[in-house]
Amino acid sequence: MRGDWVVIGTAFCYLALLFMVAAWGDRRAEQGRSLIGSPTVYALSIAVYCTAWTFYGSVGRAAQYGPSFLLIYLGPTLAMLLAPFTLRKMVRIAAQQRITSIADFISARYGKSSRLGALVAIMALITITPYIALQLKAITVSHAVLMNYPLGADITLENERFWMDRSFWIAMVLAVFIILFGTRHLDASERHEGMVAAIAVESLVKLIAFLAVGVFVTFIMFAGPGALLAEVAATPALINSMRLENVPGGATGWVGMLLLAFLAFFTLPRQFQVLVVENVDEQHLHRASWLFPLYLLLINLFVIPIALAGLLLGEGDPDSFVLTLPLSAGLEGLPLLVFIGGLSAATGMVIVETIALSTMVSNQLIMPLLLKVKHLYIERHGRLADWLLNIRRIAILLILLMGYLYHALIGDSYSLVTIGLVSFAGVAQFAPALLIGLYWRGATRQGATLGLLAGFFIWFYTLLLPGFAQSGWLKETLITQGPWEISWLSPYALLGLSGWDIYTHSLFWSMLVNVSLLIGVSLFTRPTPLEQTQAALFTEAMHPNLQTTSLWQGETTEGALHALLIRYLGSMATQRVFASQTAQPDTETDAYQRPASKALITRAEQALAGSLGSASASVLINSVLRGEAVDVESVLTILDTTSQALEYNRQLEQKSQELARVGEELRSANERLRELDRMKDEFVAMISHELRTPLTSIRSFAEILRDTPDIAADKRQQFLSIMVLESQRLSRLIEEILDLARLESGRLTMKPVAVDLTKLAKQSSDAIFRLHDEQSVEFEFFAEASPAIVTADPDRLEQVIINLLENARKFAAPRHPNIRLSVYPVDNTFQLSVEDNGPGIPPSERENVFEKFYQLQLREHTTEKGRPKGSGLGLPISRAIIHHLGGKLWATESPLGGTKMVLELPKASFM
Amino acid sequence: MANVLVVDDEPNILLSLEYLMSHAGLTVTTAPDGETALQRIADSSPDLLLLDISLPGISGFEVLEQLRRSESERHLPVIMLTAHGREVEREKGFALGADDYVTKPFSTQQLVEKVKALLAERAP
Repeated sequence: MRGDWVVIGTAFCYLALLFMVAAWGDRRAEQGRSLIGSPTVYALSIAVYCTAWTFYGSVGRAAQYGPSFLLIYLGPTLAMLLAPFTLRKMVRIAAQQRITSIADFISARYGKSSRLGALVAIMALITITPYIALQLKAITVSHAVLMNYPLGADITLENERFWMDRSFWIAMVLAVFIILFGTRHLDASERHEGMVAAIAVESLVKLIAFLAVGVFVTFIMFAGPGALLAEVAATPALINSMRLENVPGGATGWVGMLLLAFLAFFTLPRQFQVLVVENVDEQHLHRASWLFPLYLLLINLFVIPIALAGLLLGEGDPDSFVLTLPLSAGLEGLPLLVFIGGLSAATGMVIVETIALSTMVSNQLIMPLLLKVKHLYIERHGRLADWLLNIRRIAILLILLMGYLYHALIGDSYSLVTIGLVSFAGVAQFAPALLIGLYWRGATRQGATLGLLAGFFIWFYTLLLPGFAQSGWLKETLITQGPWEISWLSPYALLGLSGWDIYTHSLFWSMLVNVSLLIGVSLFTRPTPLEQTQAALFTEAMHPNLQTTSLWQGETTEGALHALLIRYLGSMATQRVFASQTAQPDTETDAYQRPASKALITRAEQALAGSLGSASASVLINSVLRGEAVDVESVLTILDTTSQALEYNRQLEQKSQELARVGEELRSANERLRELDRMKDEFVAMISHELRTPLTSIRSFAEILRDTPDIAADKRQQFLSIMVLESQRLSRLIEEILDLARLESGRLTMKPVAVDLTKLAKQSSDAIFRLHDEQSVEFEFFAEASPAIVTADPDRLEQVIINLLENARKFAAPRHPNIRLSVYPVDNTFQLSVEDNGPGIPPSERENVFEKFYQLQLREHTTEKGRPKGSGLGLPISRAIIHHLGGKLWATESPLGGTKMVLELPKASFM
Repeated sequence: MANVLVVDDEPNILLSLEYLMSHAGLTVTTAPDGETALQRIADSSPDLLLLDISLPGISGFEVLEQLRRSESERHLPVIMLTAHGREVEREKGFALGADDYVTKPFSTQQLVEKVKALLAERAP
C-alpha cells in the first residue's frame, strides 16, 4: 500500500505547492501588495526555529532525559518577552543600515569591517553545516521508517554508493528548490517575501501534523491523558524517566540549556534572517512576542504523552515515535501527514538557513575578495549583478553538499538532539559581539574579533572535536584522558571542571573567554573613526534624530553612481534609487557632470549594502568618490552634540527640580522661622505680663505707704509682707526664665553624678512639708527601690521633685489633701511618681501643662482663694531638665482621683 | 458716695486697689473674675468699673462688650487695667468702648485722679 512513489509523489507535490506559495508571495511583493504584512505571518515564520529536531527529536529527548527538552523552547520564549529591549533595536538598525545577515550586522557594527564579517561567515558555515546534515538525516530516516515499518530503519551508508543514497538526492532536490526561490532576483533590500510566506505555511503544516499525531496517540490509542498516565503509573521506571532530576547536569544543566537556547535564538543565521532581516514592520514584534511563545507551547503539548506512549509500547527508536506510533496502529494517512510535517520542519530550516548562509558567503566572503581585484570595478562595462546571483547559487549548492558530506561521513554517531545542541553552542559565540555591541559603545573590532576566535576555538575543542573522536576519526582517549594524556586538557572537563553536562561546560568556558576578551581587549584598543560612528549609530539606534544623518562627504557625479549601481544591482534597482531625483538626466554627458547630492550617495550606499553587505558597499562607494570620502568627524560631532544636549537637558531638568525642592525647603524654613518669631513674641509678651503682675502689687503698696504716712500699723505690716512676697515671686520668676533660656539654648551646665533617687525624694519631701508645716496634708512615701541609683545633677533633680510636690500640694483637695510619693523600678528605669487627690487634669490638657505659662482653668480654685498662681514655668523647666538627663516626664491620672506626675530616669549603667 | 467695682484675679492687686479707692473716699466692691463682676454690676449697679483684661473664664474684653451691649449699663464708665503693654490691646480696649486704659504697674496717684475725673464727668 505504502508505495514508494506515493510517498515521493506526495513530497514533491508538497514542495511544488510551497514553490507556488513562494512565487505568489514574490509577485504580490512586486505589486506592492505584500503578503507578509501581517504580524501573524511574521510570528509563524519565526517558528522556523522548530526544525526536524523539534518534530522528531523532542520526543526522543523527552524519552531519554525527561522534561529537559522544554528548555530549548523556554529560551526563545524568554527572548521574545525581552523583544522590546533587544530585537526591536536590532530590527531598527537592520532597517536603517540595510543589513543582510548576522555576519553583515556584526561587521557593520564594528566599522563595516570586511574581515570580521568574513570571520563570522566562516564560523557560521562550520557551525551550521552539521545542523543542515541533521535535517537531511531526519528526512532520510523518516522516509526509511515509513517505508520499512515494522522493520528497523537501518540505513548503512557505507554499503551504498552516494548516488544510491537518498539523502544525496534529497539535498540536490532541495538545492534546486532553494536556488529557484531564494535567488530569483537581487534586490536593494535582501528580503525574500515569497520565502517567508512559504515558511509560514510550513510552520502551520508541521504544527497541524504534530498536533494530529498527538491527539491520535493520546485520545485514540489511549482513552485520553488520564488513561495514558494511569498506564504509565503502573510502570515506575517510566515515571522516573520524566523527573526533573533527569535533566543532564542538574541545576547548572537547566541554566546552561536555557541560556544556550536564549542566545542561539538571536544568533542562529536563520533566526536572524526571519527575525531581523525579513521583518517588514517593527510593530509586528508586539504580536509575535506572545504568538510565537504560544506556538512553542502548542507544538510541545503532546511531546510527553507521545514519548510515554512510545516507551509503553516499546516502539524502538524514540526519535521516530511520532511515525512509528500511528504506523503501529495500522494507519495509512496519518503517517504520511506526519512525514510531510517532518519534511516541512526540515525543509523550512534548510531553506532559510541555506539562503542566510549563501548571502553571507557571497557578501562577506566572495564580494570582498572580488573587490580586491581592482579591474573588476574600474572597468565600466559588464554587469556584476548576474555574477552575484550565480555566486549565491553555487554557494547554495556547495552548502547543501557540505551538509550531505557531514551527514554521510560522521553524522551517524550523533543523535538528532546532540547535533542541534552542538550547533547552538557554536552560534552562541556570536552573542557577545552582537548583544554587547548593541549596548556598549566601547566594544571594538579587535575585542570582538579576538573574543569570537577564542570562544569559537573553545567550542570547537570542547564539542566538535569530541564528536569526531566519537565517530572514530580521532582516538577515544582524547575524551577520556585528554590530549597527550594531560587530564586537565580533556575536552569534557577543562581545568578539571567536571560534573556538568557537556553543553553547559562548553558554553561556560567559551562564553567566559569570549566575553572577557571582548571587554578586556576593547578597553585597551582605540576604535577607528568609522568604527566609532557605527558604534554610536548602533547603540543609539532608538534615538529619533539619528536616522537622517549622512556619512558621505566626498564628491562624485550622478553618472558615476548610476554606472556603479547598474553594474552591481541591475537597472531595476538602480531606477528605484534614482526615482526620487526630481530631474532625470537628459543626456549621458549632463549626468556625468551633475554632482551627486549627499542624500543620493547615502541612498546608493544603502541600496548596495542591501545586496552586497555594508562592508562591500562602503568600499564601492569609496571607489567613485573624490576627496575625503567619509565625513566621520561631523557625524560623531552631531552624535556627541545631541548626546551632550540631551545630557545638558537632563542636567537642567535635574537642576530645576533641585531648585524647586530648595525653594520648597526655604519656604517651609521661613514658615518655621515666622512661627518661631511669633512664639518668641508671644513668650516675651507673656514674660512681660508675668513680671508686671508682682511689680504692680509692689509699686502700688509702696506708693500707698509713701502717700499715707498715717496708715495703721497692722495695715502697714500686711502691705510690707506682701511686698516682700511679691519681690520673692519676682526674683523666682526671673530665675526661672533664665533657667528656661539656658535649658533651651543648651547652655545649662549639669554635673551628672550617681544619685540615689529614693534618698533625694525623701530629702525633698522633708524640706517641703517641714517648711510649710502643714499637718493637715496626708503625705505617704513608698520606696520600692533603695537605693535607686540614676545618673543626674542632684540639685536640678531636686528642683524638679520639689516642683512636682509643690504642684501636688497646690492642687490637692483643700479639705483633706492627700499626696503620695513613690519610687520604684520599671524594666531598666526608675520611676518617681507624685500623686494628689485633687481634681486631676483632663486627658486633653495633660500635654498642655508642660507648655510655658499655661495655666489650668480650674473653677474650684478661682473662687475665694483665687487661682493658685505659679509662674507657669515650673513644669516646662522640669520636663526640659529631665530630658537633659535622658529621662521622661509626663502626667497621667492617679488612683487617688487627682493627677499623677511620673518622672522616669534610666538606671545608672554601672549598676 | 460713688460706688466703684474693682475686678482683678490677682488678690494682692485687688487688695491694693480696694485700699486706694476707699482711701480716696469711694465705696469699693471687688470681683476676682468676669462672671462675678457681671453679677456684682447687676446687683449693685456701680458708678465706675476698674477692669483687668486677663481674667479666668470671661475676659475683661468680654465683660466690657456685654456692658456696652446691655441697655442699663451702656454708659457705665470703665477703666481697663492690663499687664499687657501692647498697642493692639490698647486700641481694642478703646474700640470696645473703654473710657480709659491703664498699664500695670501704674502710678496710684494718676489712677485715683483718673477715677475721680471720670466720676465728676458723669456726675449729674
